[in-house]
Amino acid sequence: MNEKFYEQYKDIPADKFKKRETTGKLADKKLATKPIGSFKDAMIRFRKNKSSVVAAVIILLLLLYALFIPLISPYDVTFRDGYYKMLLPRSETFAFLGWDGCKVQNETQAGYDYLSAIGYELNDSAVKEVRDVYQDANKGTTFYKLYVDSYDKVGFIFVDLTEKEYFALQDYQNQNDVQIIYPMPANYKTEFIAVSNGANLWYELADDSPANQGLSAHHDDEGNPIFVANYHTSSNPNRAKYDSKRIEGDNGGADGETWYTYAVKNQSGYRCRVLYKEYYHYTNGFYPNHLLGTNQHGQDIFACLGYAARLSFLLAISVSVLNFIIGIVYGAIEGYYGGAVDLILERISDVLASVPFLVVVTLFKMHLADKVGPLISLLFAFVLTGWIGIAHRVRTQFYRFKNQEYILAARTLGASDKRLIFRHILPNSLGTIITSTVLIIPGVIFSESMLSYLGIISLETSGLTSIGTMLSNGQAYVSTFPHIIAVPAVFISLLEISFNLFGNGLRDAFNPSLRGADE
Amino acid sequence: MGKYVLKRIGLMIFTFLIITTICFVLIKMLPLPAVKAMGRDVKLILARREAMGYNKPILVQYALYWKHLLHGDMGLGEQMYTGLEITDVFFTKLPYTVIVNLYSILAAIPLGLLFGIYAALRKNQWQDHLVSTLVMLFISVPSYVWAFLVQYLLCYKTGWFSLTVASRETTEFFSWAMFTSMFPAIVSLGIYTIAGLTRFTRAELSEVLTGDYLLLARTKGLTKTQAVVRHALRNAMVPILPMILGEFIGILSGSLIIESIFAIPGIGALYVQSVNLRDYNFFMADTVFYTLIGLASGLVIDLSYGFIDPRIKMGAR
Repeated sequence: MNEKFYEQYKDIPADKFKKRETTGKLADKKLATKPIGSFKDAMIRFRKNKSSVVAAVIILLLLLYALFIPLISPYDVTFRDGYYKMLLPRSETFAFLGWDGCKVQNETQAGYDYLSAIGYELNDSAVKEVRDVYQDANKGTTFYKLYVDSYDKVGFIFVDLTEKEYFALQDYQNQNDVQIIYPMPANYKTEFIAVSNGANLWYELADDSPANQGLSAHHDDEGNPIFVANYHTSSNPNRAKYDSKRIEGDNGGADGETWYTYAVKNQSGYRCRVLYKEYYHYTNGFYPNHLLGTNQHGQDIFACLGYAARLSFLLAISVSVLNFIIGIVYGAIEGYYGGAVDLILERISDVLASVPFLVVVTLFKMHLADKVGPLISLLFAFVLTGWIGIAHRVRTQFYRFKNQEYILAARTLGASDKRLIFRHILPNSLGTIITSTVLIIPGVIFSESMLSYLGIISLETSGLTSIGTMLSNGQAYVSTFPHIIAVPAVFISLLEISFNLFGNGLRDAFNPSLRGADE
Repeated sequence: MGKYVLKRIGLMIFTFLIITTICFVLIKMLPLPAVKAMGRDVKLILARREAMGYNKPILVQYALYWKHLLHGDMGLGEQMYTGLEITDVFFTKLPYTVIVNLYSILAAIPLGLLFGIYAALRKNQWQDHLVSTLVMLFISVPSYVWAFLVQYLLCYKTGWFSLTVASRETTEFFSWAMFTSMFPAIVSLGIYTIAGLTRFTRAELSEVLTGDYLLLARTKGLTKTQAVVRHALRNAMVPILPMILGEFIGILSGSLIIESIFAIPGIGALYVQSVNLRDYNFFMADTVFYTLIGLASGLVIDLSYGFIDPRIKMGAR
């Protein structure tokens, strides 16, 4: 058409225009709801799956546990206590439910005497209850079924203090009006072989030989021990420079000359007998309370689990992020370019996938663990073969989508390879890829725990622990103290179940073929 | 078909060569551990190292390694089982692993198939939900947790079973005493296999059961049992049988963690020991073995599809 034709439509005055619609009604329907994208749709369908939502909440709680318990717990991995080992779980709030750190144990007469004597001076015996008394038919010995507090069982210990520490402790006693130092038993020099802790033998024993297991000298008719104090005494009320609180009944005796001895001098300072619970409070600033007990190193299991879980999550999330990135790039290149590139890359990933994972971990450990630390070498081992699954999925998705018409259209419009890959093809498969990335996390945590348990890798240092380390710590005590192994085992089971359910939910939610199937 | 099989085998050998080469080089890059053995063994080990070309360039060592390997010679134990032929040690350990796994899958396969079929036939009824929930539980909870539970209940609490595996000196491999001593391990291994097989069978069969040809089978007068056994089950077996075959090859490599928990003196224990004591000869032998098993099971699974279902053309474009 010529110039003139267009000329007539130039500069039309505004009054020549007329509104087509005057009633305000539109012929087209306005959208009644907001548009729903594929992700939003997936979220809506995920929320309908109740078990997956519950699983997601549990995972969140476990994550919060791993994040916050290490911050708020007074204990950490480096905290080890030589006396409060293998304590049973105890909660002050829920003690009435049996969560009280006590355990039923069978003892002979000597054991009964020994345990009852602990804390007898404080009217708080380690034996909370005598459940049963029975005779062994063959030997005629009496056995006691006792309900014993695993905390109070520690009782008293001997500590060697320097003079400075000793005086500081006395000052503390005076200021806070607590009795920490108790009188020395008369036979404190005897090395009792059978009883690990001679500091608890403060009463008159049936015999003072090293073989005595705590048998008291006096019993009533029913076999219950009668304790007669047998403290070391001296005529000097301030012997070993003790000038502090004294226990009840220590008033110099009938002649005013026999005072109890609270400490004895040795080469480096003073040896005294302390009530461990109070001494623990004195040194640490808090009383022992282990919600999930302690292990054989005296570490608090509740706090250790937090640290271990934090380590596991950290490792697993880093692995899955790295795998996600490598897998997407590798799979996209394979799937998008195809042909010879695909063939070569696919052979490489085939070979890598055929190397047994154990061998990879071991080789990385042998070569790298000393240089970059066991954690980083484990991370490398996980990443070396971990991305193959994701790359494979991405590749399949690319083969599915790359020849479709909308890609052709985009290419015709001049979209670059990069744009086609990341804007047009990848978003289609993001759902399945995210699902498999999330499912890497429980896999890594499980593998780590298994490898640590087997001893192939060791993430245990003075300040580091992992779920696998905790499991292998507990293995030797399965029969005697099952709580040590049960806690990490329950944790990891809960984690794996939740992740499985969560993953199933995600997979279904991202699967467009299931859309509307349940309605 | 034959060409495809040959191609796959060729690829497998190629992969195997690459992996062993990489492992060999990586192991050789590590410092050679000192010989800590006593007496006669020292001379023996040093002589063998000389024969393996430990003082020669790495390429010569590599050639010598293959020469020895093809003659079934993996070298001598240096840090563990000192002075013993690795192949001999290996074959005394292998039966333990094989037997435990054999018992467990022999028990697990029929049970897994049964549960799976039952759940598929009762789909979306309470029986199916029960089986599915249990399967979920057994698959999700790590196998070693089940092993701890089994060990705690069967060995400590009730004391029904012994904690260790019966010695080879006192009993035969296929004896009752050996079976009972391995029972907790068999149960722990079986749990996982049963759960996996149940889930797989249920998924496959319930998909087949929705097929139109099954409706046709019913309309032409077959009873439900006939239709399921003759038509549905046979088709569902196409992916299930290769999986079972894979399990059978897998019994050779076994489960490290179960062997460790129940103290089974199998090859898993050998591997863990070789890593911890840094005996590289044993480590190489184990690596070669595990790689071969992995590759072979992959190959057998892939090829078996074609044998089981003639409609699947292997290697067809």
